Amino acid sequence: MGKRTGTRTLTFSRGPRITSRYTLVGPWEGKGPYALDFHEILPDDSLGQKTAEKTERLMLEKAISKVLEQHGTSIHDVHFLIAGDLLNQITTSSLAASTHAVPFIGIYGACSTFAEALGLGAVLLEGEFAQQVLIGTASHYQTAERQFRYPIELNVQHLRTNQVTVTGAAAAILSFAERGPRITHATFGTVVDMGLKDPHDMGSAMAPAAFRTIKEHLADTGRTLEDYDLILTGDLGKQGSKMLRLLMEREQIKGLERLQDGGSQIFGPHQPVGAGGSGAACVAVMTLGYVLNRLEAAQVKRVLIVATGALLSALTVLQGESIPCIAHAIALEQ
Amino acid sequence: MQYLIAFLVGGAICALAQFIFDTAKCSSAHVLVGLVCLGAVLNGLGLYEPFQEFAGAGALVPVLGFGSSITTGMISEVKRLGWEGLFTGAFEITGLGLAAAVVFSSLLALISKPHR
Amino acid sequence: MQPKEYQQLVQENLPPRPIVKNMLWAFFVGGIICAIGQVVLTIAQSFERTKNEAAAVTLAAMIFLGTILTALGVYDEIAEKAGAGAAVPITGFANTVTSAAMDFRREGLLLGMGAKMFVIAGPVIVYGILAGFIVALIKSLVLGLF
Repeated sequence: MGKRTGTRTLTFSRGPRITSRYTLVGPWEGKGPYALDFHEILPDDSLGQKTAEKTERLMLEKAISKVLEQHGTSIHDVHFLIAGDLLNQITTSSLAASTHAVPFIGIYGACSTFAEALGLGAVLLEGEFAQQVLIGTASHYQTAERQFRYPIELNVQHLRTNQVTVTGAAAAILSFAERGPRITHATFGTVVDMGLKDPHDMGSAMAPAAFRTIKEHLADTGRTLEDYDLILTGDLGKQGSKMLRLLMEREQIKGLERLQDGGSQIFGPHQPVGAGGSGAACVAVMTLGYVLNRLEAAQVKRVLIVATGALLSALTVLQGESIPCIAHAIALEQ
Repeated sequence: MQYLIAFLVGGAICALAQFIFDTAKCSSAHVLVGLVCLGAVLNGLGLYEPFQEFAGAGALVPVLGFGSSITTGMISEVKRLGWEGLFTGAFEITGLGLAAAVVFSSLLALISKPHR
Repeated sequence: MQPKEYQQLVQENLPPRPIVKNMLWAFFVGGIICAIGQVVLTIAQSFERTKNEAAAVTLAAMIFLGTILTALGVYDEIAEKAGAGAAVPITGFANTVTSAAMDFRREGLLLGMGAKMFVIAGPVIVYGILAGFIVALIKSLVLGLF
């Protein structure tokens, strides 16, 4: 039976693993530097659907079907579906879940949702409450723009700190099958609010949350950054990554060259995306695609995924609230 | 010549707005509302209409012209009707544009889709 | 680290905005749009009876231009470079209305498109009228027009 390690970290000794995975991304992401690490690149960002919300749901449904196929199991043998997304009332996940008869645990962690799902799934397996857990998430550029920002065709001049929501979906099956990386630890984050109010620079708002969770994880496990081959933050973007490094340098933390960021890397330098990608799918596709491929190829052995989320809404911004953020860390080992 | 003046004046107004947007770090909506109100004020001070004579479209096309036109309409209607003119005049000049915006936007929204 | 300290750190590390480049682009694009407006205005003045009517027609034509460019999907791309050069001219106003109409159409013609068409442009209309009202009221009182 797993145990609590230190103040905030959970250790999974029964060895739950990410045993199957499927990632799909939109055409724009498919032109990025890691396009080959994704399982499917969609031909367009509408998939013949009338609204982008329907497209997002379809993408998640596809990811779920494909991962079940990959695992060689049917939904009836999956004990829980844990999913979430960025839309109000997480309708993408709820509507996608309605097509499968499986107990559904809907979660919301903004762009940290995927790590939240990984952690919760590992807990259910470790506690022997499930043998197979399906986790999934999706996001779409157009649906996020509409909900959080502006109409698509509106004249807006984006700033260097703005990020672009990744169009994509990812699903994974966690189980005890003998393949895939083990989920060894999970450190669920606390909400961190540094009083920042600028919704055009979420990276800077999220960096302190990532910083705190990483420190807590390292303190609890007695590890340093150098015990990991790679630490992937979800979507701090170029600005947020810069702030995280500054915070770490001030405390003389070593091993910063192992820090990478999904949002900063999913798009190439020739793609005009401001500070980088964001969205619930960003860390999910980068983890299940880019990171797991490297774990499988033994290019890295131990990885820390630190997914970050900005817990604001369009309303809180208008009402002058600051942006509370969160980060969840998951340690994977091949 | 008139075209050059329109280009220079209109461009200058936009460049000034851009400067405010980038240095005061306020949102685009704030800058636009500020400009439309400024247009109304300058009109009331008797400055905008001669400015429009001089700069033509360079003064009419920027959103300042919208605020100025509203005020011109109101004052001309007040002269004609009295206090009711304060209300009937709002859309005297701008009405054509607003209705046009609704009609054209509706038509085009029906036939085109937003894309990336 | 305390919030105030971190906020300070963020301010110090924000990427600088290319103010001069932005201003030049705004000047150039805004100027061109106004020049096009001048062409329309000149033509309108030769047809219309009064100055106000010519102005009204010009505004309508520029609004039409903004609408078309928005529907074609190019206005937002122009705005990315031009910033205020695209937002300040009346074509920008048209863009806000058309882009909202296009986006919210899928929520229904009545409750989507109909209800939200002016969601972005609203402030300009509301405050334009309010400002005009206050100015016209004061001026009318001063000139004794009532």
